[in-house]
Amino acid sequence: MKLTGSQIFVKSLQEEEVDIIFGYPGGAVIDIYDELHKSNFRHILGRHEQGVVHAADGYARASGKVGACIVTSGPGATNTVTGIANAYMDSIPIVVFTGQVPTTLIGTDAFQEADITGITRPCTKHNFLVRRVEDLAETIKDAFNIARSGRPGPVLVDLPKDVMQAVTDYKPVSRLSSTDPAHKPDLTRLPDVLDLMSVAKRPVILLGGGVILGKASDELREFARSVRIPVTSTLMGLGAFPGTDSLWLGMLGMHGTYFANMAISKCDVLIAIGVRFDDRVTSKIDTFAPNAKVIHIDVDPASIDKNVRTDISIISDCRPALQLINNMIKGKRFAVPEGQHDDWLRQISQWRSEGPLTYCHSSDVIKPQFVVEKLYELTQGNAIIATEVGQNQMWAAQFYKFDHPNTFLSSGGLGTMGYGFPAAIGAQLAFPDKLVVDIAGDGSIQMNIQELATAVQYNLPVKIVILNNGYLGMVRQWQELFYEKRYSHTDMTFQPDFVRLAEAYNVVGLRATRPEEVEPVLRQGLSTPRTVIMDFHVSRQEGVYPMVRPGDSIAEMDLGGREMIN
Amino acid sequence: MEKKAHIFSLLVNNKPDVLARISGILGGRGYNIDSLCVNTTMSPETSKIVLTTTGDQATITKIEKQLNKLVDVLQVSDLTEDDSVQSEMALIRMKVTKENKPELLKAVETFKARILIMGPVCCIIELSGKPDEIESTLAHLKTMGIEDTVRTGTIALKK
Ligand SMILES: Cc1ncc(C[n+]2csc(CCOP(=O)(O)OP(=O)(O)O)c2C)c(N)n1
Repeated sequence: MKLTGSQIFVKSLQEEEVDIIFGYPGGAVIDIYDELHKSNFRHILGRHEQGVVHAADGYARASGKVGACIVTSGPGATNTVTGIANAYMDSIPIVVFTGQVPTTLIGTDAFQEADITGITRPCTKHNFLVRRVEDLAETIKDAFNIARSGRPGPVLVDLPKDVMQAVTDYKPVSRLSSTDPAHKPDLTRLPDVLDLMSVAKRPVILLGGGVILGKASDELREFARSVRIPVTSTLMGLGAFPGTDSLWLGMLGMHGTYFANMAISKCDVLIAIGVRFDDRVTSKIDTFAPNAKVIHIDVDPASIDKNVRTDISIISDCRPALQLINNMIKGKRFAVPEGQHDDWLRQISQWRSEGPLTYCHSSDVIKPQFVVEKLYELTQGNAIIATEVGQNQMWAAQFYKFDHPNTFLSSGGLGTMGYGFPAAIGAQLAFPDKLVVDIAGDGSIQMNIQELATAVQYNLPVKIVILNNGYLGMVRQWQELFYEKRYSHTDMTFQPDFVRLAEAYNVVGLRATRPEEVEPVLRQGLSTPRTVIMDFHVSRQEGVYPMVRPGDSIAEMDLGGREMIN
Repeated sequence: MEKKAHIFSLLVNNKPDVLARISGILGGRGYNIDSLCVNTTMSPETSKIVLTTTGDQATITKIEKQLNKLVDVLQVSDLTEDDSVQSEMALIRMKVTKENKPELLKAVETFKARILIMGPVCCIIELSGKPDEIESTLAHLKTMGIEDTVRTGTIALKK
């Protein structure tokens, strides 16, 4: 069958079972767009290429499938860089197609030429420049395979215009082409893991995004419950273990709970699953889990011993490793002696009552934590929550209880303001019937506010909850604590009227300025089947606590004016 | 931990940007490349890269893992001094004067070097051997007036 590059492109997407592509057109991809039009392929037109990539990323995080997007060459391609770097840091499988000038013009500084494979080399798992139409189908197959296999990540495919116009014989690629090169499971030390667990008196499970990416939540739940080991998580792992379970300690790290950070600091065995020991989690590395033997299960060998030295490492997808462990438990080949963790669990309860996760309530001003708590109450944890970056993100992580994997979408590694809203759009497209909420700051939401038009165009009932403190709050908090309250350029002196802005985009705008208005506004907003902005004017100088000062041990927490424990 | 020189031999896909990927992943993480040698292999599809770097064992392991993550890197071998044969070549332009010429010719002979060209005021000699031999020969020749040198960097092959 003779097909053009553009036709092969569409066929290849269908082969990969891509049902939706996010994009933004331009000259270099105009042939591809013509083919998308002819084949009636489902395409979502964003309003900025950064938003387009975040939407594909949000779609991937919520659905567990590979997200796909397409943009034009030059500025279209360079606009994707933040989105790609964001997906790279959080290991999210997306494939980004970029247009490129014709191969005959590459290297001539042609109009809208950018060396996008060069630019994105350090922030993609892999990238390709397709020079011959004969290589196209195979390259696309490889791109999807690489994106999803092993430790997932973004892959970029650069498509010169003449390659897409050229004609070749097309046959679907059947061979399972190259997968992740580093993906060689090594389960040899599994028995040692069980030996260590059977003697542990104070064990803790630390889970990370790898559990969600590896679709291992069920196995993890079974494991933790059967051996009664308390569970904490990184930001990226929220939802993998139920936030309502009695073994749940909450998030650890810089803004982790008192009891999670204490448990890590005092544990004797740390079972780390699908984590990479980011510095926001470990803080001062030599005081992190100082008394613990560390077991590390991760798919990426390069994560092992990168930051934290491990005693036993298992290189494997989280799911098969946990399945094997669970089978051994079920087959009675391993058991924790009855009551072995009782003292430890009692100690943890004591920490829990000494330093609960809480805040000072107010009847005069809206507390941002209160908004998140109410949102949780009204949704019963059944919403998909995206966040922006800053205090809003931390309050969402602390005060919303996530019971299901793939329901917390947040920029963990890169910390990209402007991520949440387009990601929520992607998630809503993956799950049209689910409630999708973006918890936002007034600063972050303005970074991709243009995507309101996308939400309206495709009738996406995404809800935006702005915790509006009129500040770049998280930076302000650092200035308060570490720079003697010199609020250098963090006071957003001018803000748009978000309700009128909503109206301009033909979405619903609601506002609450008093605590008693919070619930009615949330109720109305959540029950409106349209895109809604809810603007909550919250107490301006509220801080996120507990807080570990950068460079301190995670056992030393500032509990925010209540008291300093330890 | 003790820092040591290490030799990595990489079998890679023969593509234009492979070298950029390798140097990028090392440079981006702050690992220095001491020497680098890239060449074709018996197969047109692949190239071989021999690179040397210095670090303690933990750093070397991290480098090896990062290299292994690259899609175009097909095989990474960490060659030690004992399980491989190493060689390097250097070209050296020396000042030639009436006074130093006899000594120079003698040195060329003892070090099994080769004179590639001999001019009235300078000559270029070619030298090959193990990297530390090159090092010590250069130190010796330096006393006779080296004008410029270039070295290929270490190449190595498993025994
Ligand atoms: C793109 C980008 N620019 C700058 C920053 C640095 N930064 C981190 S948090 C923050 C403040 C965010 O303010 P806002 O969105 O209002 O949220 P708040 O912290 O007030 O909840 C800033 C500027 C960032 N993370 N991302």
